[in-house]
Amino acid sequence: MNDQTKIDQDRAERTEKLQGMGCKRKRVEDIRFTQGKGSYVDDLKLPGMLFGDFVRSPHAHARIKSIDTSRAKALPGVVAVLTAADLKPLGLHYMPTLAGDVQAVLAEEKVLFQNQEVAFVIAEDRYIASDATELVDVEYEALPCIVDPFKSMDPDAPILREDIQDKMVGAHGPRKHPNHIFEWTIGDKEATDAVFANADVTIKEMLVDHRTHPSPLETCQSVASFDKVKGELTLWGTFQAPHVIRTVVSLISGLPEHKIHVIAPDIGGGFGNKVGAYAGYVCSVVGSIVLGVPVKWVEDRMENLSTTSFARDYHMTTELAATKDGKIQAMRVHVLADHGAFDACADPSKWPAGFMNICTGSYDIPTAHLAVDGVYTNKASGGVAYRCSFRVTEAVFAIERAVELLAQKLGMDAAELRIKNFIKAEQFPYQSALGWEYDSGDYHTAMKKAMDTIGYKELREEQAKKREAFKRGETRELMGIGISFFTEIVGAGPSKNCDILGIAMFDSAEIRIHPTGSVIARMGTKSQGQGHETTYAQIIATEIGIPADDIMIEEGNTDTAPYGLGTYGSRSTPVAGAATAVAARKIKAKAQMIAAHMLEVHEGDLEWDVDRFRVKGLPEKFKTMKEIAWAAYNSPPPNMEPGLEAVNYYEPPNMTYPFGAYFCVMDIDVDTGVAKTRRFYALDDCGTRINPMIIEGQVHGGLTEAFACAMGQEIRYDEHGNVMGASFMDFFLPTAVETPHWETDHTVTPSPHHPIGAKGVGESPHVGGVPCFSNAVNDAYAFLGAGHIQMPHDAWRLWTVGQKLGLHT
Amino acid sequence: MIPGTFDYHRPASVEDAVALLARLGEEANILAGGHSLIPLMKTRLASPEHLVDLSGIGNLKGISVTGNDVVIGAMTTQFELISSEELGRHLPIIAETSRLIADPQIRYKGTFGGNVANGDPGNDMPALMMCLGATYAVTGPDGSRDIAARDFYQGAYFTALVHGEILTAVRIPIPSPDHGYAYEKLKRKVGDYATAAAAVVITMAGGKCTSASIGLTNVSETPLWASDAAALLVGTSLDKVSVDAAVAAAEAITQPASDMRGPAEYRTKMAGVMVRRALERAQSRAKG
Ligand SMILES: Cc1cc2nc3c(=O)[nH]c(=O)nc-3n(C[C@H](O)[C@H](O)[C@H](O)COP(=O)(O)OP(=O)(O)OC[C@H]3O[C@@H](n4cnc5c(N)ncnc54)[C@H](O)[C@@H]3O)c2cc1C
Repeated sequence: MNDQTKIDQDRAERTEKLQGMGCKRKRVEDIRFTQGKGSYVDDLKLPGMLFGDFVRSPHAHARIKSIDTSRAKALPGVVAVLTAADLKPLGLHYMPTLAGDVQAVLAEEKVLFQNQEVAFVIAEDRYIASDATELVDVEYEALPCIVDPFKSMDPDAPILREDIQDKMVGAHGPRKHPNHIFEWTIGDKEATDAVFANADVTIKEMLVDHRTHPSPLETCQSVASFDKVKGELTLWGTFQAPHVIRTVVSLISGLPEHKIHVIAPDIGGGFGNKVGAYAGYVCSVVGSIVLGVPVKWVEDRMENLSTTSFARDYHMTTELAATKDGKIQAMRVHVLADHGAFDACADPSKWPAGFMNICTGSYDIPTAHLAVDGVYTNKASGGVAYRCSFRVTEAVFAIERAVELLAQKLGMDAAELRIKNFIKAEQFPYQSALGWEYDSGDYHTAMKKAMDTIGYKELREEQAKKREAFKRGETRELMGIGISFFTEIVGAGPSKNCDILGIAMFDSAEIRIHPTGSVIARMGTKSQGQGHETTYAQIIATEIGIPADDIMIEEGNTDTAPYGLGTYGSRSTPVAGAATAVAARKIKAKAQMIAAHMLEVHEGDLEWDVDRFRVKGLPEKFKTMKEIAWAAYNSPPPNMEPGLEAVNYYEPPNMTYPFGAYFCVMDIDVDTGVAKTRRFYALDDCGTRINPMIIEGQVHGGLTEAFACAMGQEIRYDEHGNVMGASFMDFFLPTAVETPHWETDHTVTPSPHHPIGAKGVGESPHVGGVPCFSNAVNDAYAFLGAGHIQMPHDAWRLWTVGQKLGLHT
Repeated sequence: MIPGTFDYHRPASVEDAVALLARLGEEANILAGGHSLIPLMKTRLASPEHLVDLSGIGNLKGISVTGNDVVIGAMTTQFELISSEELGRHLPIIAETSRLIADPQIRYKGTFGGNVANGDPGNDMPALMMCLGATYAVTGPDGSRDIAARDFYQGAYFTALVHGEILTAVRIPIPSPDHGYAYEKLKRKVGDYATAAAAVVITMAGGKCTSASIGLTNVSETPLWASDAAALLVGTSLDKVSVDAAVAAAEAITQPASDMRGPAEYRTKMAGVMVRRALERAQSRAKG
């Protein structure tokens, strides 16, 4: 072995020991999760703790004539019953929403959706509380309700929000009707209309991304404990954004922010459901302040599915204009957004329709216009980003269905049409017609790799044969090939366009190196299962050369973690991951000065080598990071502060734009409408890959949720506003049996502006998956002239498609 | 999802259980595996004041053969139906059906007796018991009696059992060893009740159908025995015309509810598809 080989080998061994970026490090949190040793909100038991439960409205829209709590209060074990009348003097019967609206904590004069909170019973245990909710007598006068968002703005529509009836200018501008929330537009309308007026070919379709729910396995819950002596509130809860919750609690309760301690312990999934503030949180806080003892609130499954933050419910009239040979010239979209009874969307404050304007997708569409109207209906509020950045699943669904419809109209292959219109690698950074600057991408390479791997040409040949066989009556199965080539926008975001309640959407990391060379690091984000404890440690390991196993990551305690905006919209890696790298680099810079002092050389004479600084040209003269850490506390250079720690608040210069090419092969039984996914191939490009195993896990999970949304998951209302199927008997949560097998793949196009080039991946599979499944279903029926088939594609709906086409004799 | 208050009783014999039920009156309910009753209690659609748990009564469990019948104790679990070799030999359709009930965890606790006594049209065993011509043995304050499965179901959650009576065992005549059978169930996912399901048992001789019986699950207020449909098959070679006629006759007696599984029209048609597919499979299994 020559010297160089030895050096290389030694370096490789030291690198492996770090378990840094790029390696498939096993998830450290799984040791406790897989043994049932996680510590969740509902595990918390405090001395004297009481339990709260809600009385909920059976009506979708009704006036409250009277509330009589006397029978409930008389039940032994009941401590208090709160109604709007109790909260009103405190100014807490309404709370502000993230979208600039207000939301009832407890209904005062009217209820506006079924299961809305009307009273909060506090009792010695959960069972008594639940019994007592049946003893609160509420007299209602039922009112006509609005379920169909297209009827919201009818001249004779019942006015839902009497509390803001006269406020004809909302948080996002003028309102056209008492049931109208906002109109948001972007793009060049005149130019777009002109292109459409002269286009060779146009398509127009109403694409509905139906109402569903993020449905984390752990429901929303909180424990509030107010210390009357110190005047301090500790609030444990299922919070994706604990610091924001602290600020909101301070603003609405009047308690000083430093006397509020918000703690998000282990969280059992969030998917957007745990971003907002809910009546249960407020009532547990009020209960604890009033009673001076801890109050716990835990949602049950039906409450979770029917009251706290739904997702989607976007009705998107989508149009494309193109030349005869398939060059897309313009896109025009109008969205009717059903926000339910209150505008409680969790979007950055200036973005009432989230980042819907990413809807030009992966294509070089020179001209576009988007208008979104938000309306109130008698349904639960929400509109959160369900495993996606704000409204990005909706946007990608619109463009990816639309290009398929265009391909069909042009008689062109859907893959070929996409390739023809892709933004080219040399066009990045790319300015989109609707205002974004895409950071990086290489779509052609990704698409080619995907098509080659899946055998696209052969699949189309097989499909052609199957279609002939179907026409001859030899098979009752239809084969569909679904494609989706998505571009996401994640990592919100730059302060110039992103804030929440005025707080810029930076994120943060604080890293402390202990004298013995082990590390604790804290971030402003909060894992709900994404594996932050594993991946952040890998970033630090690579940056500063301390093994990941010696690095502890802590999140969720607002007293100890630096302020951050939390985890959603795939922002942890793009923003807090960047902060982590930058903070680590500050430490490394100081370490270099210490090493220079220790080795009695000039800083510039040192070079970094995996886990140490060594003197250039003298490889045997070095100081490891561990040695440097000791010196930082023992013998720092003169005039240097002792210690080795750093904080960074990272303001992202831009969003990141992950992308991917997905393919799905589906076989549909025409007689039952049952669709079977034969293959699903997902190629993701999320830039630099920190932990390939975690990425794969995220892709599997996101695809499974995409499969659910496309193939059956929904929150449906009947014409009286009764919420249907709000339990796991009906709400489609696929088990391992239903879930298809996933094939994953990747390309790597780093983000040029991110310190380590990473883009975020947790949501790509969901965003790209939903249209891919829907396109496969639509493709299966397309040759029969089915037209656009709305989601969800559950069996009975697909059977109905066959029925309309006369396929069942 | 929190049940109301109740008292719990665990008698050691059928006599004690019957006496307890008589004493406690209408507000007492029998508890077997709890996988139908407890979900109802959690949503407070049922709020019994007393639960009389049968799991302490040893002789309500087990599978045996007496003469030409298989006898299954009410407290035999759905899992035990799958794992019994004897049952598999004589009546393989019972294991085939059990496997399509809920999921393994539920089948470990859920009982055969609870499944047939519950009276929910979504349960899979009742239509199968009607198809097989089973008889239910029940014991109450006035002694014991037998009720034919085909006479047992009167409406949703409404059966021929009167309050205080316990279903102790089910007797099922053993079909010819040459019989063909199939249980076809369409469901949305594991753990779901049927959108529609069909149980079919036939015998064939010389290419002709010599007997046929068809049961339908979850397409009416009660499980259905499609006797007219079955009669249309006897004497035929199960040719397309005859099968079409039988399918139409089976569809004709359905009256499904529209729910999240689909509108009534769909569920009726799915009953037909399940009958057709069950017939195909039964025919392929029938000897003779
Ligand atoms: C998620 C889920 C999915 C399910 N899916 C299916 C499915 O696909 N198909 C299906 O068939 N079932 C399904 N079930 C129901 C399951 O099979 C139940 O176990 C069964 O219906 C009832 O049996 P049990 O022993 O649990 O009865 P219990 O729930 O204890 O009792 C049910 C009812 O029957 C009465 N009862 C019980 N035993 C007797 C007796 N010996 N005499 C008189 N009355 C009695 C009880 O009083 C009660 O009213 C499902 C259940 C769940 C929770």
